[in-house]
Amino acid sequence: MKTFIGIDLGSTTTKAVLMDENRQVLGRGITNSRSNYDVAARVSKQEAKIAARFTLFQNALGSGGGADLLLADLERNFRLEQFLSELNQLEETCNGYLDHERFKDLKGPLREALDSVFKAITAEAPTIYAPGAERKSDFFRDIAGSRFMSLAETVGKQAGISFDVLLNVYDKSIIDIESLVSSDETVSRQLLNGLSRALREVAGVKVSEAAAQQALESVLAQELEETYVVGTGYGRVRLPFPKEHIRSEILCHGLGAHMMFPGTRTVLDIGGQDTKGIQVDENGIVVNFQMNDRCAAGCGRYLGYIADEMNIGLHELGPIAMKATKATRINSTCTVFAGAELRDRMAMGENRADILAGLHRAIMLRAMSILSRSGGVDEEFTFTGGVAKNEAAVKELRQLIFENYGEKTINISAESIYTGALGGASFAHSAVVL
Amino acid sequence: MSHQDVVKSQSQLLQKEMISRNYDRITSGESKVSSTFVPGNLNELLMCFDIANNLPEINAIQNAMRKKSGEMIASAERSGHSEDVCTYVKADIGMMEKGNIAPNGKPFPNPDMLLLSYTGCFTFLKWFELLREQYRCPTVMLHVPYAADGKPTQNMRDYIVKQLKEEVIPLMEQVSGIKFDIDRLREYLRKSALAEDDLVWMLEQSKRKPSPIDCYFGGVYYMGPIFTAFRGTDEAIDYYKMLRAEIEQRIELGLGAQTPEGEMPEEKYRLVVEGPPNWTSFREFWKMFYEMGAVVVASSYTKVGGVYDYDNFRHDPEHPLESLADYCLGVYTNRNLPTRVDMLARNVKEYEADGLLINSIKSCNSFSAGQLVMMREVEKLTGKPGAFIETDLVDPRYFSAANVKNRLESYFQMIDQKRRAGA
Repeated sequence: MKTFIGIDLGSTTTKAVLMDENRQVLGRGITNSRSNYDVAARVSKQEAKIAARFTLFQNALGSGGGADLLLADLERNFRLEQFLSELNQLEETCNGYLDHERFKDLKGPLREALDSVFKAITAEAPTIYAPGAERKSDFFRDIAGSRFMSLAETVGKQAGISFDVLLNVYDKSIIDIESLVSSDETVSRQLLNGLSRALREVAGVKVSEAAAQQALESVLAQELEETYVVGTGYGRVRLPFPKEHIRSEILCHGLGAHMMFPGTRTVLDIGGQDTKGIQVDENGIVVNFQMNDRCAAGCGRYLGYIADEMNIGLHELGPIAMKATKATRINSTCTVFAGAELRDRMAMGENRADILAGLHRAIMLRAMSILSRSGGVDEEFTFTGGVAKNEAAVKELRQLIFENYGEKTINISAESIYTGALGGASFAHSAVVL
Repeated sequence: MSHQDVVKSQSQLLQKEMISRNYDRITSGESKVSSTFVPGNLNELLMCFDIANNLPEINAIQNAMRKKSGEMIASAERSGHSEDVCTYVKADIGMMEKGNIAPNGKPFPNPDMLLLSYTGCFTFLKWFELLREQYRCPTVMLHVPYAADGKPTQNMRDYIVKQLKEEVIPLMEQVSGIKFDIDRLREYLRKSALAEDDLVWMLEQSKRKPSPIDCYFGGVYYMGPIFTAFRGTDEAIDYYKMLRAEIEQRIELGLGAQTPEGEMPEEKYRLVVEGPPNWTSFREFWKMFYEMGAVVVASSYTKVGGVYDYDNFRHDPEHPLESLADYCLGVYTNRNLPTRVDMLARNVKEYEADGLLINSIKSCNSFSAGQLVMMREVEKLTGKPGAFIETDLVDPRYFSAANVKNRLESYFQMIDQKRRAGA
């Protein structure tokens, strides 16, 4: 079947959206951007294709008869398969490095240590992917990395090998692993293995094993032809496409927001590196835009910096700020000064939640300035980008929009991180179909 | 691209020679020197007293294009000038701190006088206060009233003429030891008008499709002689004749605008640009336009020294002092916002541009204040989309190539999208 793909290369993550000829989104994929945009683009595209195969499989199974349960379990088992397969590759790569000058004297003990670390992670894997298990990240690098670090320290100590050496082997190997993109054959095998596991595990599924296998096989046999691919985002010039396949992320975000919420006239996108205020017409065409310049204040990175300063996770900021009883006034929105401002307020005995609420307000005040310069806030308003997931940021934004522009519909999609890629896919579609 | 590879026309080479001759004159020690500003400058009047014309803004630009302004600005900041101050000023102060070396490698002499014509830029006042402090030389201020109602009044004109007669000319006589001769001034103004006719002809050629010239990046070269030390000279007349012949030839050959890398292959977008260019990354900035097929058909910056096309001003030998007054009053930054909006909107319509692009300058309030409102107004009047980018004059820290390119690409694609939607 013909498919149309949009890829949004962000500074933190790379996203892909795959749609069919009827502009129906079949799959979305996301990966960390690495230092290699080319690979990130290919991985996110493969992930979107995997998601598309899930959608097609779901369509084939229909609803009812426990199909939803089976799908959910298939996804979980597929991720486990994927993880184990990458873990295996990582181990092989690590072992490959042991002949290097730097490690060869320690080859024997290192191999033993690595063996026990990887055995332990393999044993933990089913728990990591157990039903309902929470993962801080879904990226292989993050999961394998954090487990490796924590296990290598103990194992290394017991074997009398320095942690740094083990870490060095890992660091070299993970770069190689991150530059690999799973082939369609590998994905098919992992999906079929995942399905076997799921069928064994899930009770209450009325679909027969043979029927499910057959449905999945026929979905896998279907070619997802990359009819047209559009790239967007800051790394777009690095994409291996011709120039006419590249679109500005401002246009992609405008169109993506329109597709998610057709009534959209104003879009605010707060990403890692920039904040954009975009005005679109009734067709999602951008009529005006403004973005931050020369200064990171008001971007997602500002919150990342605050989280680092406070030694807490980025995702914890919002929930803590929501406990505030008032918003501490923060005068400086400079990202670099924020740390000093923060410590100053703490020293003055201010409550941590109140300070965080103040910082969220500060970032939103910057966003409001960009919005007003782009032409204000019109009905309807759509908020996109990673920061749209932060409830405290959303709360401050709602308040400020109400204060400045009155009652407005505020749309936030659960899939808002894919807005740019969605717009890109739609551009890909119109490049061919229109 | 190395300097040898840069494509330069005969007129560009001639201009380079003219500029370097002027620097040689300034640094020779043989002429009296006045420092003064580009907008509404009184070059013809200075010529009447054989005083060489030194323009600190041009020095800052020259230093920026030679990648020297960054360290000069840093030096000025070390001596206490704030980060937010006009970067022309800081580049100038920094240049003094670094030995006051002119672009020809010779030290600038201390000026014999400072001629401050105030034309819509408040910073000019403070700048020359600093220079006066430094040089302790005679200083005269020509106060040019702001044309707040759009049109200069007779009162304003009389006020300027009075200042010329009572303050400016007497000081020039005193500094130079030469008696003022109004007929000499008339002769220079006659020559100015001749060059100005060719200049306006040139400006209007970008109404053609494709435009044979770029009226912003190319335009700053074409503006050089008329806005600096050459208005009123035979050299300027010759320069504009040569430029005109070159453009006529381009028109005959059906060529688009000339770029540093040769002819522009295709004219895809026609823009009107408001605001000065960035000088520290001038070539890189320009490339972002011509690589994407964008040509600037009109710009307000090519009116920064004086406006000739909008109300058909020419220096007038019959009314010499009055015409100097009108020149000063008509400077672009001395016009009120509705007039600037009208100029830009007319440009968008008459030059059949795809829209207005504003390059907002971080450290230049006289240009930047009100620009967003202007953009909205021009959009309303023309129905064409506007866009906004931000850079700086001569501070290399404020040119973010990725950011500018991102906005430009978005703008061009926005124009494409509008065209498709309208088709």
